[in-house]
Amino acid sequence: MIGLAFFLFLIAIAITTLVIDLATGNEFYRNNVINQDLFGRLQGPSKEHLFGQDEFGRDMLLRMIWAVRYSLFMGSAAVIIGMVCGGVLGAMSGYYGKTVDAVIMRAMDILLAIPSMLLATAIVAALGTSLFNVLLAIAISYIPSFARTVRAAVLTVKDQEFIEAARAIGCHDGEIIFKYIIPNAMAPIIVQATMGLAGAILSIAGLSFLGLGIQPPTPEWGAMLSNARQYIRDAWHVTVIPGLGIMLTILALNLMGDGLRDALDPRLKD
Amino acid sequence: MAEILRVEHLQKYFPVPNGMLHAVDDISFTIDSGNTLGVVGESGCGKSTMGRAILRLHEPTGGKVFFQDRDVLAMNAQEMKNLRREMQIIFQDPFASLNPRMTVSEAIAAPLLVQKIYDRRDKAGITRRVKEIMDMAGLAQRLINTYPHELDGGRRQRIGIARALALNPKFVVCDEPVSALDVSIQAQILNLMQDLQDELGLTYLFITHDLSVVKYISNDILVMYLGQMVEKAPSDKLFSKPMHPYTQALLSAIPVPDPDRPMSRITMKGEITSPVNPEKGCRFAKRCPYATEACTQQDMVLTEQEPGHFVTCLRLQRGEI
Amino acid sequence: MSDILLQIKDLSIVYATEDGVVQALTNANLTLRQGETLGLVGETGAGKTTLARGIMRLIPDPPGKIVSGEILFEEKDLLRLSIKEMRKYRGSQISMIFQDPMTSLNPVMTVGDQIREVIVTHHPEMSRQDARKHAEDMLEMVGITATRYNDYPHQFSGGMKQRVVIAIALAGEPRLLIADEPTTALDVTIQAQVLEMIHALKRKSNTAMLLITHDLGVVAQNCDSVAIIYAGEIVEYGTLRQVYKNVLHPYTEGLFGSVPSLESNARRLAAIDGMMPDPTDLPKGCKFVDRCKYATDRCRGEVPRLMEMADGHKVRCFRHESGEVNGNG
Repeated sequence: MIGLAFFLFLIAIAITTLVIDLATGNEFYRNNVINQDLFGRLQGPSKEHLFGQDEFGRDMLLRMIWAVRYSLFMGSAAVIIGMVCGGVLGAMSGYYGKTVDAVIMRAMDILLAIPSMLLATAIVAALGTSLFNVLLAIAISYIPSFARTVRAAVLTVKDQEFIEAARAIGCHDGEIIFKYIIPNAMAPIIVQATMGLAGAILSIAGLSFLGLGIQPPTPEWGAMLSNARQYIRDAWHVTVIPGLGIMLTILALNLMGDGLRDALDPRLKD
Repeated sequence: MAEILRVEHLQKYFPVPNGMLHAVDDISFTIDSGNTLGVVGESGCGKSTMGRAILRLHEPTGGKVFFQDRDVLAMNAQEMKNLRREMQIIFQDPFASLNPRMTVSEAIAAPLLVQKIYDRRDKAGITRRVKEIMDMAGLAQRLINTYPHELDGGRRQRIGIARALALNPKFVVCDEPVSALDVSIQAQILNLMQDLQDELGLTYLFITHDLSVVKYISNDILVMYLGQMVEKAPSDKLFSKPMHPYTQALLSAIPVPDPDRPMSRITMKGEITSPVNPEKGCRFAKRCPYATEACTQQDMVLTEQEPGHFVTCLRLQRGEI
Repeated sequence: MSDILLQIKDLSIVYATEDGVVQALTNANLTLRQGETLGLVGETGAGKTTLARGIMRLIPDPPGKIVSGEILFEEKDLLRLSIKEMRKYRGSQISMIFQDPMTSLNPVMTVGDQIREVIVTHHPEMSRQDARKHAEDMLEMVGITATRYNDYPHQFSGGMKQRVVIAIALAGEPRLLIADEPTTALDVTIQAQVLEMIHALKRKSNTAMLLITHDLGVVAQNCDSVAIIYAGEIVEYGTLRQVYKNVLHPYTEGLFGSVPSLESNARRLAAIDGMMPDPTDLPKGCKFVDRCKYATDRCRGEVPRLMEMADGHKVRCFRHESGEVNGNG
């Protein structure tokens, strides 16, 4: 519940910032989030700046708030791409079995053998740093885990009698997969997606920290953390605040994932 | 009465890690329209596989199936889909055989939509037909929007029956439809199936391991052992004059609910062996009290001992009884 | 009488679930003599297994709770024993066979060792070799050759596994064996073999047995007395002959009517209408009232007591009030 509440709070923030930017034509963003105030460098929290100011004197609170949007949207996009690609591959693998299964799953094993952060770094390094490339890099690293989850779910559902019943009334493979198998395999996929979102947000922050993700001056938690680390001795707040932001978000998503797992497990319901 | 289904030398083998599992081996029979053929045998004898092979839910390895003189195994996908309107199946497990994400009405409407009997937009027509079928299966109309997990086993099995009958089939394979139910509910479902048969002129292939149930519901009974057919006879005949040693042992093992009729059980040696890579000859020979060397040296042939009474046993062929 | 082994008096067990309090067992009274076999017949949710677990004190608490009653085993109330004392009874005095042989064996331990474990627990003084010898004898006794001592459960078929389960249950030489649907998962020919074996072993050591089943045939062939249980209440109780030859309760009548007979050629079964009442919302009066063809207004408002007929046959139904023996009950 706490996880869900925090997640909804983040979504609300992301939408609010989006609305403000659209309404003011990015003016508010330029003046308050990007604009530097060198006189206020590294000032600690105060009445005007609740979270203090960063190394260029920008308001940390506003930067934190604006950063939510990037993490959340990009994380979601990456997870959705990973889920769709992995889902289709996993469903095919589980439903058709035999050669199809062997080929797909071995390919997934190879992908899984490469550490995901390394894979993402390599992809971004090769293709260049752009929002889309970061997204793609993270999405690809999510395909194998989704493929596996979906395959396992399909395998358990596939041998149930109601699938045979569907075949007995004349359903073809497509109808069976989409109407009978997928709806019954959704629960683990949703849980996986929530947990995956946490990972994706962390990966984006990680890539940005390494300078391969979102580029300054766009506010992004990982990038903020990276830029702030040289001032860690002089101003604690510039590192602690983005760090806490990342931590709380990941924690909330994991809590939500656990909650969803309990809520969606039919064994706990009946 | 006219013959509706003819099965000739039906075979279904499954590849397993250590060889070939002969689940159904050389089974032949016919069923007349409006009759019930009971299929009995112990777990693993291939009776369920046979039912599914006839409907091509498992593709048979060999043999022929004729439904109203149409060669079922030669049909293409579209012809097969059309045929499914006439041949349906009721499953054993009322829990596993229903999609947990579909309401009662969705489950019953599914065959109507898949077979394009109703247009998807004709909501009123579909609901009317679903309610009609629910009435027929003895399901209260207030249950129309409930999910299977909210219902008990008996009601779920009624949904299974309703779904099978939605397309107005002529022939229904009933795969242990009452085995998972409590005794009192079992009787209700058996009565319902009898009534529906009388009303709609259905033909049943009734698969079960329960001998009292099969006697009650069938006109003819086919006894299977490890994929092979050992005996087929009219219901009364089979119980009054079982000929195959396995049938005799099976019948003697039924516990009769009468303290004045103690069982005179025929002991069988050992347990069911595996039908993987079976040896030549009679598969019951290892447990049979009358087995001779000849029983494992030649293939068994189904012979008609009396009109309508078929047995595969060398003893009978040799005229030892 | 001194040969009474087990006496259950007014035992009530409830389960507190999310949907309300379930009366799983209400005021159950049963008596079991040495060597006697009592059949407990009922349908899913009738409270058969609850009663069995109650005797073993294996009711999961929470949500279950034994609210009242006594379970006298050789005149000692099991419900008053400490957990430690109770453990001494389990396995050695009372043991239990569960329905599913597939899940009641430990898959990573050889069957021989599983039997030996029970023997060692109850005879700590026994040497390793003796215990093993004894375990091998137990295997032989249930018809499995001792050479399979070192085999794992998955190497056995269902019927063989159930024999191993029986060997384990009997290894502690119990006085009372509780068999909860021991043959429901087995084929009819194997069922006959297993029941015959239990019967022979029982006779040899004069063990009493509570046989829980839904199969009236199994009861007729194996039991001395019968209790019919419906929605947590014993509705009819007597010797095998009393219950089978002179059915008194309408539910018992319905059960017999529901089983297709091998003799008659009736086209319809005399089924019981309706279904088991919701256990959280049982009828106020007789629990069977909604399915009973003889039900009157009185049945709806008042719970019938278990009435004893002249011959000791007991029934919970107002229709037999006139036959009740006064002073008993």
